[in-house]
Amino acid sequence: MESAAPAAKPKGRLCVICNERRAALKRPKNLQPICRECFYAAFEDEIHRVIVDNNIFKPGERIAIGASGGKGITGYRDDSLETVKRNEIQYGLALKVVSYKDLYGWTMDEIVKLIGLKNNCTFCGVFRRQALDRGAALLKVDKLVTGHNADDIAETVLLNILRGDIARLSRCTSIITGEDGPIPRCKPFKYTYEKEIVMYAYFKKLDYFSTECIYSPNAYRGFAREFIKDLERIRPRGILDIIKSGEDFRISTSTKMPELGTCERCGYISSQKWCKACVLLDGLNRGLPKLGIGRRRELNNSKNANQENGTKNLQSKQCGSLDF
Amino acid sequence: MACNSATCNPGCLRDASREDGEKEQQSHPTADDHGACNGDEHVSNRAESLSNSICLKCKLNETIAASGFGAGLINGDGGRFCADCFRSNLYWKFRFSVTSNDMISPADNVLVAFSGGASSRVALHFVSEMQDKAQKNFEASRDRALPVFGVGVAFVDEQSVSTDHCHEFDIAIEDMKLIVSNLAPPLKKFLVVPIESVYTLEPSNGRERLKKLINTINDTTGKEDLLEHLRMLALQKVALENGYTKIVLGKCTSRIACHVLEATVKGKGYSLAADIQYVDARWEVPVVLPLRDCFSHEIDLLCCLESLKTVEVFRGKRSGINGLVSSFVKLLQEENPSRESTIVRTAGKLTPFHFNRIPEDNKSHGPAASQRRQRKRILKTDNLLSQESFCPVCNCPIKMSDLTTTTHSEDAQTSVDLMELCCLSCRFQILPAELSSLNLFHSFLPDPIVARANDARSLNHSWLREQIEDCLLSDTEVEA
Repeated sequence: MESAAPAAKPKGRLCVICNERRAALKRPKNLQPICRECFYAAFEDEIHRVIVDNNIFKPGERIAIGASGGKGITGYRDDSLETVKRNEIQYGLALKVVSYKDLYGWTMDEIVKLIGLKNNCTFCGVFRRQALDRGAALLKVDKLVTGHNADDIAETVLLNILRGDIARLSRCTSIITGEDGPIPRCKPFKYTYEKEIVMYAYFKKLDYFSTECIYSPNAYRGFAREFIKDLERIRPRGILDIIKSGEDFRISTSTKMPELGTCERCGYISSQKWCKACVLLDGLNRGLPKLGIGRRRELNNSKNANQENGTKNLQSKQCGSLDF
Repeated sequence: MACNSATCNPGCLRDASREDGEKEQQSHPTADDHGACNGDEHVSNRAESLSNSICLKCKLNETIAASGFGAGLINGDGGRFCADCFRSNLYWKFRFSVTSNDMISPADNVLVAFSGGASSRVALHFVSEMQDKAQKNFEASRDRALPVFGVGVAFVDEQSVSTDHCHEFDIAIEDMKLIVSNLAPPLKKFLVVPIESVYTLEPSNGRERLKKLINTINDTTGKEDLLEHLRMLALQKVALENGYTKIVLGKCTSRIACHVLEATVKGKGYSLAADIQYVDARWEVPVVLPLRDCFSHEIDLLCCLESLKTVEVFRGKRSGINGLVSSFVKLLQEENPSRESTIVRTAGKLTPFHFNRIPEDNKSHGPAASQRRQRKRILKTDNLLSQESFCPVCNCPIKMSDLTTTTHSEDAQTSVDLMELCCLSCRFQILPAELSSLNLFHSFLPDPIVARANDARSLNHSWLREQIEDCLLSDTEVEA
């Protein structure tokens, strides 16, 4: 690594990349002091490189971008949706709003009122994933892009180890998933640090909305996220190291994956008779919201056993919002 | 009828284990019916222990928790089993690991690595007990066909790289000697191995060079990891010099769970599978982990019940990545007592390497012994025997795509060559970034690492040659 020449100027340090302008920030990824212009160039170039190297897009493809909002959460929904609408005007991109209420007949407010705080992330994760696919299908696009960044993926690698989910562990680092499904989804920010995204948005004065979901106070997901933040503080590249580990794990490819079919009820892709969303929705509509929570075989157990197992399972499913 | 460990066979204990599991499941509704269960694991356990103070297995004795012994150590097992059954079950887990993985054969001479801590203390205790039983069987048998394996004990002395604590350290050594001499006969040799013995130098020179080596590393975690690697090198050396054929480590499930996350956050996902198996034969003297299925709280409880003395050896607080991981796992374990088990089970599904089993030629020593094995763990490993490259510093297998292909000279004479041979993790956290510091580091390396680097260079070169062999002309081969 080339060290910066001693600064003749009295003000601050020079950017280590151009050696001309004054450094305006320390890059979260490697703590290098660089100027704004070089940060923009490096940030954009790296993402571009990821897209090209992984053949994420092909000429002529129609791409949908999954933007946050529309979950039917008072406060959160309205503010984030307003931001997304302004983005539509700023960038001249067509915006399709798909709400849970439209698709499922329930808002998140209503779901939380019925089921409480502990399990609602499972509903939100399942509904959101399907809503994105349905929205993409409506727009007749070829690929769907989500904003999952390096921090999210590292967190998912950790959580899959903690939960004992070897099947997800083998595919949670894929940059394109669902290529055998109707609409593949892509993560061009796979190697991009969350902090750098925020920094880029801040310096570029991009209009964005930032807050925590008011319905996800659960500690379990927070444990992993807190750990990753601490790790990043000690060793910034730890996040990329986790992703590299996730890519390199020696997992047997002969592990049997469930056969995919379609849901009898809504036609969505599913390995079961009914897709997860329909199972959860059926529970909601019948006044049995916990019906779809927990492993399948446990639904046949006695009531007490089911509650006990459901309680244990909710812990490992609370991070449903990160299921890719 | 209490199940005496001397007469108990593995099948019996495993059946009992399964039965216990089922009963545990049934007991939850009971607790719930009593209205005591409010979802809190600890409250549930306490309620359970109050309502079931009799051992689940023998149905005779009071549970450990009910008898009030070791109240601070009450966990699942303490609330379900009496002291005898708990101990039998733990010893069975140890013995099952040993037999089903061919860890120790009658012809072996076993070196137990003893750090003074609870895990290695229990490993020492169980290995000694197993030897004692084997000795008694040997004396009782008529033909005396099978010999009894030998046992020695080794402690790695890292005083030369710590700050002080000399006097307390000497007391600790004396305590360890006492522990070893009090083990069941025959008398075990106790070896204190200075970590600087990895150098073939006068002790004072070795100490000096080791200090300089450690000081060239900036990263706290890198220092810790290098010391761990050197510890294994020192054990290997002393084992070879004293005729030992196996090294026993006291690593338990809890320690392995931490290692899984430590390796993951250091980008070592590829080699992780190598480190967590029962057997690791990539070394000259195979390393085995017979306590792999035992938890640290079980081990602590056993030390308490049997008054097994442990020795506190100051090793400094772990403040880098490793310390962060330990805190994280501890936090998770408090939140969910089966977390460590889940982590190890997940990692256990990764594909082991070909060296994660006892090498075949070792079995030729005891054909009769092999026939007596009740069951063996069938380990699916990859069979790409000759293609594995290893990092010279930490000896982890390296993924092919991480190797940088160069056409330098055959000898790893320069430090840049060394860097290219190392795994990405060691390159970042152990090898100094600056060239002058790297050269310094290279000059301070102990001989075994330099030798490994040379071997890695040769292997790399021959692997490259294999790739292009079909395109080579015969005169080129002659020339080479």
